[in-house]
Amino acid sequence: MNLTNYLVLASLLFTIGALTVLVRRNAIIVFMGVELMLNAANLVFVTFARIHGDLTGQVVAFFVMVVAAAEVVVGLAIIVAIYRTRRSASVDDVNLLRS
Amino acid sequence: MNGILAAAGVLTDLAETGRTSTGEEVLFWFLAPVMVLAALGLVFARRAVYAAMSIVVVMVSLAVLYVAQEAPFLGIVQVIVYTGAVMMLFLFVLMLVGVDSADSFTDALAGQRWIAALLGIGLGAVLIAVVLTARGMQPVGLAADNAETNPVGVARIIFGDYVFTLEVVGILLVTAAVGAIVLTHRQRLVRRVGQKERADARVAGGGSLTPLPAPGVYARSNAMNVAALGADGRPLEQSVSRVLRVRGQERSVAEVHAQIGDVPATTPAITGEEQVQ
Repeated sequence: MNLTNYLVLASLLFTIGALTVLVRRNAIIVFMGVELMLNAANLVFVTFARIHGDLTGQVVAFFVMVVAAAEVVVGLAIIVAIYRTRRSASVDDVNLLRS
Repeated sequence: MNGILAAAGVLTDLAETGRTSTGEEVLFWFLAPVMVLAALGLVFARRAVYAAMSIVVVMVSLAVLYVAQEAPFLGIVQVIVYTGAVMMLFLFVLMLVGVDSADSFTDALAGQRWIAALLGIGLGAVLIAVVLTARGMQPVGLAADNAETNPVGVARIIFGDYVFTLEVVGILLVTAAVGAIVLTHRQRLVRRVGQKERADARVAGGGSLTPLPAPGVYARSNAMNVAALGADGRPLEQSVSRVLRVRGQERSVAEVHAQIGDVPATTPAITGEEQVQ
């Protein structure tokens, strides 16, 4: 099996994550789509680390994971704060900036 | 042993042939459809909890693929950080926000879903086309870098070339933690109502401090819906549940008395008859 298969799998996962962000209305599910995209990017990093024989790709994937964890913490805190004031977790209901 | 397996094509050297071992191939073709189907669950699942569970499947499968791809350290970190911490956090927030708040599937913009599907297919096509240009690359493999086990190799790079990045990332994590606390903090606007305050309010209210009397118990009737008799022989209105009173399902003592009248005179139920009257 050629290692390119991993890259194609990662592309599919990234696409599905992006679709989730575009289609779903629930802010938490949208967030999971972002996580899926980050995971797909990590798979590409790990695969290219193997192709090039260089562990730096794995290190970058590790940093991506750490940053994703920080991002999830802040994002979920924002969702909870919005839910408290508006009683809704739908991204359509946050439209204060609309004229 | 290895020689026999290599001859059979089971164990092949990645650097020599540019191809993975048969075991890894089987693993990939088993996990890849599972992962894609689970990821599609994120798009189509009606309930947020199902979406979260399908993402857990994707993340655990990714961890297995990392281990297969000579990255056991990242595989373990993936399980601990993603499925262990991040997804649990997601589930906690789902519980806070309400599990049964079903997603609305009405489009805010007309035809948005079809445009999104079209864009998604386009994005996928472009990504796969770009990625396929790497087909001709001869994979080197990580056998040399992982000579001292993979975590040691990764640690050498993290604490060597990327030590400054590591410290910046540490600051980022602390900032995120503080930010989350600040964002979810709520100022208390009124005084906390504890047990003492509740008791004081009840005494000051002047109502009954003791429990209300239980409904009456009669041989021929469901006692829940008939008022008990007080010491003076009069029915106690508040002994029947408020819900039954509001619904009008309460029965008067006189109604019950009419049935009790059928019972032969020797039974004790009749002895209270005068009192009921």
